[in-house]
Amino acid sequence: MNLETIKSEIEANVPGCRLEIVPNNSPSGQHSLLIDHEHALFVASFLRDAAHLRFDYCSNVTGIDWPGKEITEKVKIKKILDGVEQEVEEIQKTQSAGHLEAVYHLYSMEKKHGPVILRMRTEDRAVRIHLPSLTPIWRSAEFQEREIFDLYGIVFDGHPDLRRILMWDGFEDHPMRRDYVEPDDYEYEPTPHDAVLQKAKQHLNETGGR
Amino acid sequence: MSATTAATAHFTLKPSTDGGEGQLLEVSMGPQHPSTHGVFRMDVALDGERVVKLKPVFGYLHRNHEKIAETETYLGSMPYTDRLDYLCSITNNWAYALAVEKLAGIQVPERAEYLRVITGELTRLQNHTSVIGFLLQDMGASGTPLMYAFREREKVLDLFESLTGSRMMCNYMRFGGCRADMPAGWLQQAQKVVEAFPRFLDEFERLLSGNEILMARTQGVGVLSKELAVDAGITGPMLRGSGVNYDIRKVDKYGIYERFSFKVPLGEHGDVYDRYMVRLLEMRESVKILQQAIRDIPPGPIMDAKTKIRGFRPKAGEAYGRTESPKGELGFYLISDGSPNPYRYRVRPPSLINLTVLEDMCLGQNVADIVVILGSIDFILGEVDR
Amino acid sequence: MDEKLKVELGKQGIFTTTLQELYNWGRKNSLWPLNFGLACCAIEMIATTMARYDLARFGAEVFRPSPRQADLMIVAGTITKKMAPQVVRLYNQMAEPKYVISMGACAISGGPFKQGYNVLKGIDRYIPVDVHIPGCPPRPEALIDAFITLQKQIDEQQLTGIGRPRHLDPDAPSEFIVPQFGAHDLEPPQNPDVWHPPLVNISLAGKNESGND
Repeated sequence: MNLETIKSEIEANVPGCRLEIVPNNSPSGQHSLLIDHEHALFVASFLRDAAHLRFDYCSNVTGIDWPGKEITEKVKIKKILDGVEQEVEEIQKTQSAGHLEAVYHLYSMEKKHGPVILRMRTEDRAVRIHLPSLTPIWRSAEFQEREIFDLYGIVFDGHPDLRRILMWDGFEDHPMRRDYVEPDDYEYEPTPHDAVLQKAKQHLNETGGR
Repeated sequence: MSATTAATAHFTLKPSTDGGEGQLLEVSMGPQHPSTHGVFRMDVALDGERVVKLKPVFGYLHRNHEKIAETETYLGSMPYTDRLDYLCSITNNWAYALAVEKLAGIQVPERAEYLRVITGELTRLQNHTSVIGFLLQDMGASGTPLMYAFREREKVLDLFESLTGSRMMCNYMRFGGCRADMPAGWLQQAQKVVEAFPRFLDEFERLLSGNEILMARTQGVGVLSKELAVDAGITGPMLRGSGVNYDIRKVDKYGIYERFSFKVPLGEHGDVYDRYMVRLLEMRESVKILQQAIRDIPPGPIMDAKTKIRGFRPKAGEAYGRTESPKGELGFYLISDGSPNPYRYRVRPPSLINLTVLEDMCLGQNVADIVVILGSIDFILGEVDR
Repeated sequence: MDEKLKVELGKQGIFTTTLQELYNWGRKNSLWPLNFGLACCAIEMIATTMARYDLARFGAEVFRPSPRQADLMIVAGTITKKMAPQVVRLYNQMAEPKYVISMGACAISGGPFKQGYNVLKGIDRYIPVDVHIPGCPPRPEALIDAFITLQKQIDEQQLTGIGRPRHLDPDAPSEFIVPQFGAHDLEPPQNPDVWHPPLVNISLAGKNESGND
């Protein structure tokens, strides 16, 4: 089933929704559909209920962390050098906010086709980390969204029971994020090398050789 | 308050919801419990013997497989997949290999596909026998059925050991093929095991299927409706026990499954007995597939010559590959950023998602039925928590 | 008593023994393990009790579901940080004399999952271990070997004096602290009375940052 046709069908049936096809250049050719937060539930229920689509089975729900990147730009600035105004090129570094992403893989058990891949993105990784929960449409998303909340820290609005699932309740970090730092817990290894050696050095510097 | 109502961590009394004399009893089953199939906990609220609430608690075997995989090369994660669902390492290897092959566009030689089918279906046989053994163990048939099941399992494990070098953690598949070809005489040995298997199934069925106690404990217990099964994303024998015809071997036709003739057994009632029966019948179908595969396996290479094992770097992109593992749909979702390690590595665990309907199946049942229903789900904690 | 004399008496039908021998003989041949598995190794533990490997030959077939009735804890599998408090609590609930077999790479050191954020790097950080078996998972034969090793250990124990078993020493602890869930890690991350980080001077100096000595 062509993603383009599905996209145009959704656009015809869910007025006002903003969709974008995220291309995938790998040989798998599984392109995905980026949907907006406001219309996510409508898009999802259309995909589930439309008689010829019937994506009644939400197989896989997962989170992805895309941390902000450092963007280096060359900017031309006018400066006064030696009393003469000159144009100087300077390198400016800015930090983009990055985002968290939730991905849904949909199949149809009735029509036996699929997958259609939906994506939703948060606006940043610190504060605006809310996404609408698709659990009201597919119950199979319930525990998987809880897992994303636990490990990535995406807050799913409308989820019936959003608690930590894998880590304990008092745990404060989101360990699957790429900037998660583990508690320092070094143990001797007979042949420390590469990352292990790096960790050992750090530990021994911090604890003064113990 | 009397001493009996003082709350402790594992045992709380609360007033009954119906306003009567009775009280609700909250019991924590697990994580160390002989019949929870590993470290799994349930917070159960009981009204007398009846279950009125059940909340599963996970994470006691959360081994950070996904996080570790981000720091490993693609090949480096292969041994970790063995330890997901540790009863069926080979089908886990297969699912992961399939996902990577999709991601990098790798073709698998024919002989390797046959080897995959043979080892994969043998895995299904030993998984389903063990699961039925464990189910009966949970039901109180301590010993005999599990002993029978493990006797057969050992025969299959001997085959795995002589093929891959390990009983349980086979680490057998590679991207674009399999790691080792069959040693001399292996196929004959496998054929012997496969030929003898239906006799064991007959014995097992004579012992169990018509057993009055088993029927009384399982029929009409833990009913899962068709609609709920689809909505909750249940897969595998549990889904087919509820009567939904969805087997990924038939739907996706991955590998070479379209070459074999086999049926997909379906249940009618969606109760524990149907799930038990579907597994038994699936084993008979697996035996059929095995016989065809052993008959037809062609000579040839077992690895795709073009695939690099070391320094393997698929180009940026993503892929979701799924297989019908003995537990259900086992999928791997991989994102590559062009480096030797995956950017994101996700396991779609059938065990976890099949567990989500536990409460729905247990409500209104007796507390002793919980372990029976749990046993019929067939989950492995290594895969649930990853 | 002289060993030769004892054998000689035995031939004449006179059985002599010491209280220590009798006591150790009884303990070593009725090791009842706790029915408790954590991960992959538990499946091999079950396989060990089944017909082919038959652990019952060594007096250890009675797996007890309650720690109060068990003598031996086989820590079979990965101990996660979420599970560690329960494992220590189960150990504390067992009655003396009690023994621990740490089965498999994970229970020894965290094994392949060592770098995981939720994985405890070995159960000996919280409780004392009598026998370690390497392997991932160890074969049933390895578990049987661990049993025999433990039986030998028990057989050689002196009941009095220094080095007597813990349960006969009123000063030796029988229970150990149960770690608590913290905001980032278990608290404490290890029990300093039981486990000390190995004091090995790895030569970090070997090469400095620039790669020279």
